[in-house]
Amino acid sequence: MLEVINARKIFLAGTPNEHVALDNISFTLSEGEFVTLIGSNGAGKSTLFNAIGGTFWLNSGKILLHGEDITYMPEHHRASMIGRLFQNPAKGTAPNMTIEENLALAYNRKLRKGLRIGVHREDVKLFREKLAMLDMGLENRLKTKVGLLSGGQRQAVALLMATLGKPRLLLLDEHTAALDPAAAEKVMQITKDIVNQENITTMMITHNIQSALETGSRTIMMDRGKIILDITGKDRDNLTVGRLMELYSQQSKDIVVSDRMLLNR
Amino acid sequence: MTLLVGSVQLGLIYGMLALGIYISFRILNIPDLTADGSFTLGLSVSAAMTIAGHPLLGILLAIIAGAIAGAITGLLQTKLEIHPILAGIITMSSLYSINLYILGSRSNLSLIGSKSIFNQEEWLFLNKQVLGTLIPLIFCFLTLIILIWFFKTHLGLCIRATGDNEEMVRASSINVDAMKIVAVAISNACIGLSGAVLAQYQGYADISSGIGIMVVGLASAIIGEAIFGRRSLTMGLFSAILGSLIYRFIIAAALKSNIFPAYMLRVVSAFIVVFALSIPIIKKHLEFRRMRKKAGQNA
Repeated sequence: MLEVINARKIFLAGTPNEHVALDNISFTLSEGEFVTLIGSNGAGKSTLFNAIGGTFWLNSGKILLHGEDITYMPEHHRASMIGRLFQNPAKGTAPNMTIEENLALAYNRKLRKGLRIGVHREDVKLFREKLAMLDMGLENRLKTKVGLLSGGQRQAVALLMATLGKPRLLLLDEHTAALDPAAAEKVMQITKDIVNQENITTMMITHNIQSALETGSRTIMMDRGKIILDITGKDRDNLTVGRLMELYSQQSKDIVVSDRMLLNR
Repeated sequence: MTLLVGSVQLGLIYGMLALGIYISFRILNIPDLTADGSFTLGLSVSAAMTIAGHPLLGILLAIIAGAIAGAITGLLQTKLEIHPILAGIITMSSLYSINLYILGSRSNLSLIGSKSIFNQEEWLFLNKQVLGTLIPLIFCFLTLIILIWFFKTHLGLCIRATGDNEEMVRASSINVDAMKIVAVAISNACIGLSGAVLAQYQGYADISSGIGIMVVGLASAIIGEAIFGRRSLTMGLFSAILGSLIYRFIIAAALKSNIFPAYMLRVVSAFIVVFALSIPIIKKHLEFRRMRKKAGQNA
């Protein structure tokens, strides 16, 4: 499905501040896999997402999606195959446009409808169904501007937008971190439901180790641009948060763990 | 009465300018200074073609010329990443030469003796005053309808989203650069059309007609918005035209009452824009004072 081969990304190359954000990373994701990605701040998690999503290009290495080389494909081309969600709910939606307009934008993005009417009546029926699944009462507020919704609601709409076009790959970058605990749990539940239903290959960055182990089928831990742990199946099922933290300090030879990781235990 | 009718006619003609400014300033969220050049471009093309005997074709060409000018600004902004304001100024200043060329190296061109869309014989069964109102009304109305429709299409939604949340659009397979270029082109097509109709309406083209026209369009769009709000895009476009009408009434009334001489027009426009743009902050201050006063009373 997704193959990352020897990915290397250097920021500020050739200056005293040179920083290797991705240090020859390689891994493969199979179809329908749900991977959680953990690691301290600056480990290179978001850099990896940006490289896969096309925000910037790799210095060396390759990225293949469904066998297609997307390493140097422009961002807006690969975006039709990759859905992305960010920490800030404001990033994923257009605030001055209505819910239905936002959803229509995401829904039609692959079809390149051009001068056909944007919000189609039949599509609205689908939007209403999908929104009803969120159980937030949004199905009756299709004409509300998204900017008027709460953070949790906006993120739920953004999630719907990211998955509406049935992307091959979904990248979730701490998408519940800015929400209050109740909303975070709700959005996480919706995420699991949608990913399971649509069988979308997903990568999720989180700082909550508990949820990293509970969600999905595989966990990857990164540190200083390298993958230091990649665990699935039985090994993962038997893993506890405490054990993972131990593994983390062992493997990274760095006892200091970011405060956020500790707090989330 | 003549003054009132004249204001309505001018208000409708400049209404298309206001629509163009509304697109760049409000929908795309980019201040575009190409307007000063593309307005005169529309004026010049329309005048030159009218003298050549093709008034309607002149208007069509003016629209296309405006769109091309806008597309150039758009290309400078996106592909060369030149600051939007500077990109507009570059196009605008180069258009000065092009406009002079179109006007035949003269600074103004009179249409006296040429048949414009306002004095076609077969239409003259209508009263001249009626015709002078009807033609701008038709152009303005058609432009409005087309724009309302356009911004409801998928492409239109993409453009609106680009102005609203560029980052989101970048991450959702829409070509942001293309959207900006298309939007600035459409904006300047409207502005060119406005100039084109004005040239034939007033019967001459002048190289300096476009100076400060961006502020005039902005004043109209903002007045409309201040009065009718920003509830929806359709309402916003509609209010830009109404704003243009109101702006013309204000100017006409002020000129009539001799408060200021005609050459102070642009200063007045600038004042209106500054005042209208500062309404939110004035509201905030008043609100703050009111709350403090209330809190003081309760204490």
